[in-house]
Amino acid sequence: MTVDLPGFADPVGGAQECFRAVLDAMARPGAIRAAACPPPAKLHAATAAVLLTLVDSETSLWIDPALAAATDWVRFHCGPREVEASQADFVLAASLPALDRLRAGTDEGPDESATVILQVADFAAGQRLRLAGPGLRAPATLDVDGLPTGFLAAWEANHALFPRGVDLILCARDRLACLPRSVRIEKG
Amino acid sequence: MTPASDDPNAERKAWMRVLARASAGDMRALLADCPALPPHIRLRGPEVGLVMARGRIGGGGGAFNLGEIAVTRCTVRSEAGQVGHATIARRDDEAAELAARIDAALQDPARHDAMAARVITPLAAAQEKRRQDAARRAAATQVQFFTMATMRS
Repeated sequence: MTVDLPGFADPVGGAQECFRAVLDAMARPGAIRAAACPPPAKLHAATAAVLLTLVDSETSLWIDPALAAATDWVRFHCGPREVEASQADFVLAASLPALDRLRAGTDEGPDESATVILQVADFAAGQRLRLAGPGLRAPATLDVDGLPTGFLAAWEANHALFPRGVDLILCARDRLACLPRSVRIEKG
Repeated sequence: MTPASDDPNAERKAWMRVLARASAGDMRALLADCPALPPHIRLRGPEVGLVMARGRIGGGGGAFNLGEIAVTRCTVRSEAGQVGHATIARRDDEAAELAARIDAALQDPARHDAMAARVITPLAAAQEKRRQDAARRAAATQVQFFTMATMRS
């Protein structure tokens, strides 16, 4: 195992700052927030920061084989239990996993659902999403480059499960945006 | 305690064990005679956490969760590129960081010999002497319970 990158320069401050960014972005779907730390191979700065902030030895994680090069870094800095995607608290992916295969929680415990940390190419181009729902006074738009064509249908099914369902954290370079299960998405 | 000879990390394990038991003051004093350690960056820590210490303390020989002990761990990368680790069984950020830096320096072929001779060897000798002193003091008070020994064997 060779890990030669530090995590946050200031572990406590960095994690709190990033947690606030995720919290804000989750509360206002489509809002883009900044988060960064020195990323290992294959990960973007925001993806690495979100992992350092949310994942630790008390959570379970599934890592997309496409991002396997970052596995050592994740083990060293976060030390999560590594499990199958269908069991995981957090799913780290470079392409959208089948949302209906992930943990959706139960009606009594909707918090037991999975959170997908999805690394995408960019927020400035690509598919335009029109978002509406809690946290948004007026519908918002979000451009995401890196979602597959079947995303809207998969999201429709996920949104219909509310209060169950998975939440998405989208990370691109040093920016992140969130799509909580409560948000309705239409083609913009 | 001789490590298994087929372990490729035996040598490093031996010096890490010595460093983990050394105090920050002892390490600093010995480093004063060496070329300065290269600049480093911290990859993780120094940070304190708890680990469960297990021991075979029952009569039956089974492992038992003795309790949690505080450990400090630190990982650094020296300017020369080596990554050094240290985990020590007490709360001492300075000792953990120094031990990790010395571990990194020992992996650098250009520094290994000087470090091993001037830091590890004296530390190991001092630790061995302390161990023997303690063993001698304990041995002087040993009482042989022949009946118990017979029953247990």
